Amino acid sequence: MRKVVVLFVALISFAAFTSPDAKEILDKVDRNMSSKNRIFESSMIIHGRRATRTINSISYSVGNKKSFTEYLSPAREQGTKMLKLEDKLWIYSPSTDRIIQISGHMLRQSVMGSDLSYEDMLDDRKLTEVYTSTLAGKEKLGDRDVFVLDLVAKVDDVAYFAQKIWVDAERFVPLKQELFAKSGQLLKRTEFSDVKQVQGRWFPMTIVYKDMLKEGSGTEFRITSIKFDQEIPEYLFSKASLKK
Amino acid sequence: MMLALKLAFKNLLGAGLRTWLNVSVLSFAFVLIIFFNGMIDGWNRQGRKDTIAWETGKGQFWHPEYDRYDPYTIQASNGLMSDEILKETESKRLVPILVVQATAFPQGRSLAVILKGIDPMLTVLELPVSVLSSDNGIDYAVIGKRMAEAAKLKVGDKLLIRWRDKNGTFDAREIQIAEVFKCDVPGADNGQIYLSLQTLQEMMELKNHATYLVAGEEFEDRELENWVFRDLDFLLEDFNKIISAKKAGGSIMQIFMLLIALIAIFDTQVLSIFRRQKEIGTYIALGMTRMQVVGIFTVEGGAHSILATILGAMYGIPLFLFLNKVGISFGVGQGMDITLAETIYPYYSIRLIISTILLVVVSATIVSYLPSRKISKMKPTDALKGKLQ
Repeated sequence: MRKVVVLFVALISFAAFTSPDAKEILDKVDRNMSSKNRIFESSMIIHGRRATRTINSISYSVGNKKSFTEYLSPAREQGTKMLKLEDKLWIYSPSTDRIIQISGHMLRQSVMGSDLSYEDMLDDRKLTEVYTSTLAGKEKLGDRDVFVLDLVAKVDDVAYFAQKIWVDAERFVPLKQELFAKSGQLLKRTEFSDVKQVQGRWFPMTIVYKDMLKEGSGTEFRITSIKFDQEIPEYLFSKASLKK
Repeated sequence: MMLALKLAFKNLLGAGLRTWLNVSVLSFAFVLIIFFNGMIDGWNRQGRKDTIAWETGKGQFWHPEYDRYDPYTIQASNGLMSDEILKETESKRLVPILVVQATAFPQGRSLAVILKGIDPMLTVLELPVSVLSSDNGIDYAVIGKRMAEAAKLKVGDKLLIRWRDKNGTFDAREIQIAEVFKCDVPGADNGQIYLSLQTLQEMMELKNHATYLVAGEEFEDRELENWVFRDLDFLLEDFNKIISAKKAGGSIMQIFMLLIALIAIFDTQVLSIFRRQKEIGTYIALGMTRMQVVGIFTVEGGAHSILATILGAMYGIPLFLFLNKVGISFGVGQGMDITLAETIYPYYSIRLIISTILLVVVSATIVSYLPSRKISKMKPTDALKGKLQ
């Protein structure tokens, strides 16, 4: 009986102190970062070589497949709308009053001069579908304990062959992500901060994207307000809504 | 006719300064027309020669999807070379070139570039790419002077490039500039980085693939399955259009110059007929028909052009020979997006010279004939008296 108790206590202790496996961590991250739908207002601050631009927008998204974004300011971009349905992307420009489909190699162009490409915005596959993950260790990032995950592509059609992700060990949100080329060259770094609890889930409100091959401070993405699981009218996700 | 010519030259030389002023202006127009067209022809010949030597070869076989004006076609426009093509490339009659879009990062800036994989042992084009064959673990690259200036690169500099392989996965590596070449063909230089074909094929995972094949002089003309032949007319279309536009633009100036000279001849003819009415009456009284007299005056006016040709030849030939030897330096060719050598050597063809002489003679004769027609309406008796008609 005493042996059974010792074994039971040992198992409980092992479960309490051992780290979850990489897939489990990514699943928890997905649960935090994904939602049925969301509405958020954000500011995209693009730090260029000469000047810094801030673009404010409101976005509506359902899962990872549908999203609608309207740019609110500055005046030059105001009224520009972007609609994403599955792997297709349309942009409406009020100055020309035309809807343009962004396809093929145009998807590789930068969004409004930022460090993000249209393709980056379209890639909506879950990390667990695209990468084989391994837990590389546990370390401190700032004052937070983090799990470090190494991800290597398991499919051919992926933009970044490998990734390294630092996941908050307590809140299960990514705090840092590095994207690598096949040769191992670091290409992009994304840093997540200002993690807040919104409707019971932890969410980073500031994300900084940095193209590591270019000089500059990168592109900052600040979420000013976010609501999950709202009522979003279906008509918003149609081409007709772009011209409204 | 001989009488008309004798009289014409006698009268012209007798008119003194007035004749020489007309002849000078006409000879200047004559020399200018030959000079300008000689310059354009020289530019055309050099440009075609350089483009063939550095870029096009005697023709190219393109992958059907390839469109040189649409960079979005580049990713998909490459194909596997058949055994027949590989045999031709081994014997250096065809040069395969693989084209890939990439981004270079010189000094932390991003620059859209075209990577061109090329056989380092090529003989068909003059590109100095033999340095790419060196096998010491470094990925060497060759660039043109324009590209070097745009990216602020020099021999020995290292450059990070990023591209996507055939599946769209990013890859990046460092290359080293092994050679910077100077050529007058922007199409072989602007925004382009030459790598060894084998290296680029490995980078893209596209073994034995090419985007287009450049045909050398020794290539026997024939069709290649799955490749579209582009001849020199197609490949040099833009250059030919520029030359035509320049010729058309220049012809306005030439016509203007010629017009000034012809108006001077026209004026002289009108004045001659007005002042020489007694002479006209005398010719008719001596038995000449009106048309013979018209002929004398027309020949006299037209003879300006013969004198202008002689005078033009006297100063034009030494000038043209000198320019043909030293050329005319523009010194701007490197900064332009058209094929233009720094020094252009004008080319004066026999056809150009004969056609210009004919243009000057015929136009001078026509403007001489127009006022002379008045003679046929003159009354000989009034003309003899010198009465105004």
